[in-house]
Amino acid sequence: MTTTTPFDLASAPADARAALDAYVLALADDALLQGHRDSEWTGLGPILEEDIAFSSMAQDEIGHALVWYTLRAEHLGAPTPDEQAFRRDAAGWRNARLVELPRGDYATSLIRRTLFDIAKAIQYDALRHSAWPPLAVAAGKLRQEKKYHLLHNQAYVRRLGTAGADSHDRLQSALDALFPAALGLFEPTAGEAALTALGVVTPSAALSAVWLGAVRALLAQSGLSAPIATVAAVGGEGDGAGAGAGAGDVLRTTVAPDVGGRRGEHTDDLGAMLDAMQSLHRSDPEATW
Amino acid sequence: MTAPGAASDAPSREPARELTPEAVWDVLRTVNDPEIPMVSVVDLGIIQAVVIDAVDGAAGGGCAVRIDMTPTFTGCPALDMMRTEIAAAVASLGAASVEVRVVLDPPWSSDRIAPAAREAMRAIGLAPPPPATRFTADPTLSLTLAAPDEPPTACPFCGSMDTVTDNPFGSTLCRSVHYCNGCRQPFEAFKAL
Repeated sequence: MTTTTPFDLASAPADARAALDAYVLALADDALLQGHRDSEWTGLGPILEEDIAFSSMAQDEIGHALVWYTLRAEHLGAPTPDEQAFRRDAAGWRNARLVELPRGDYATSLIRRTLFDIAKAIQYDALRHSAWPPLAVAAGKLRQEKKYHLLHNQAYVRRLGTAGADSHDRLQSALDALFPAALGLFEPTAGEAALTALGVVTPSAALSAVWLGAVRALLAQSGLSAPIATVAAVGGEGDGAGAGAGAGDVLRTTVAPDVGGRRGEHTDDLGAMLDAMQSLHRSDPEATW
Repeated sequence: MTAPGAASDAPSREPARELTPEAVWDVLRTVNDPEIPMVSVVDLGIIQAVVIDAVDGAAGGGCAVRIDMTPTFTGCPALDMMRTEIAAAVASLGAASVEVRVVLDPPWSSDRIAPAAREAMRAIGLAPPPPATRFTADPTLSLTLAAPDEPPTACPFCGSMDTVTDNPFGSTLCRSVHYCNGCRQPFEAFKAL
């Protein structure tokens, strides 16, 4: 955030307004689809505690999506949250590809959840300082709620990563498969630079750097690894231990991120997911229960 | 929960009269959280404001009442139900109109739960939340802590602080599951937020 001048939506130029809308839409779509994938464990969890945990995190995430869709409806001229969630075709979605990938096995779901929650906690933490007050307020509220997700995910990743070869290998395989798509969470939305200049959002590249550090620290405690390298700053020798690299060191990933979601370029999995998620509303928009 | 169906017939039943904020707060104390039925929405700390305006020309005079409420957890499925019951309860006082707004600022904290409500929770074996901790300024640090820097939850049965968290998720979004090493009982707690 480069400025503390409050961002006034009413007097903002049209391009900043459009950029803000794209940014909030990506927040909403990430949350709703992650929540929907979590909900696919309801009744099927490998143990009762995890069935309950994933169902609870699904509830949280769908609540977070509602906050973001409501923000768009109240301030940015979007239709109702239900319209946004249930009447939009795949090309209109701005989620990162990570959250549209199939549920997979439990290891896949746990690793996705973990990478996602660390990213969102960092993003919401930064957005608490947004120059646009409604964004700052919502981000602060949702950041608090992430606490229990982080607690849950990290406990299980540590336990299973260090429990034995089978559980370790399943987590490592899931991590290898999902890491590029997780990096796609930091694909900037259209016009992000304009918002960054106004202090409305933090650059995605800055969030990504924090995320790489947090992820690497957790993996180090769990016997797992990801393609994250320390690029030593001039005069520095980072050894990669713990959360902190040496002062001035930069963390980089050595793989290409799987991007496109923020531009509406999705896998076929999203279409199948939307067919299931939207079928009831599309068949009877007045349905209540 | 105590004023079901009160909204529909209230305006014709109650002739015009001035509504006081005290009367509105009192009736809100009769609306309970459906997931913790011994705790009112007021004692839960989710009512942010009560605003009463006189309405000129309303049938027999009257008041427009606005209630600002805030969710505990934003994904709480009881939110809509509480909103409806709050509107019905206030309408039963004869308000010409009732608006219930959901606001997020300032965010709810479990520290707002009233002492009487904490006692009521403990009485049914639901541990009230320990003081909530705030995330730290350094996100990397707060994300990599081995355990939250939160005091342990006191056992609602024996009061022991020698308890462990079995699962941060429980039977509802706002509850976690614990075990007491003192009296060897599992118990649920209202989450600190």
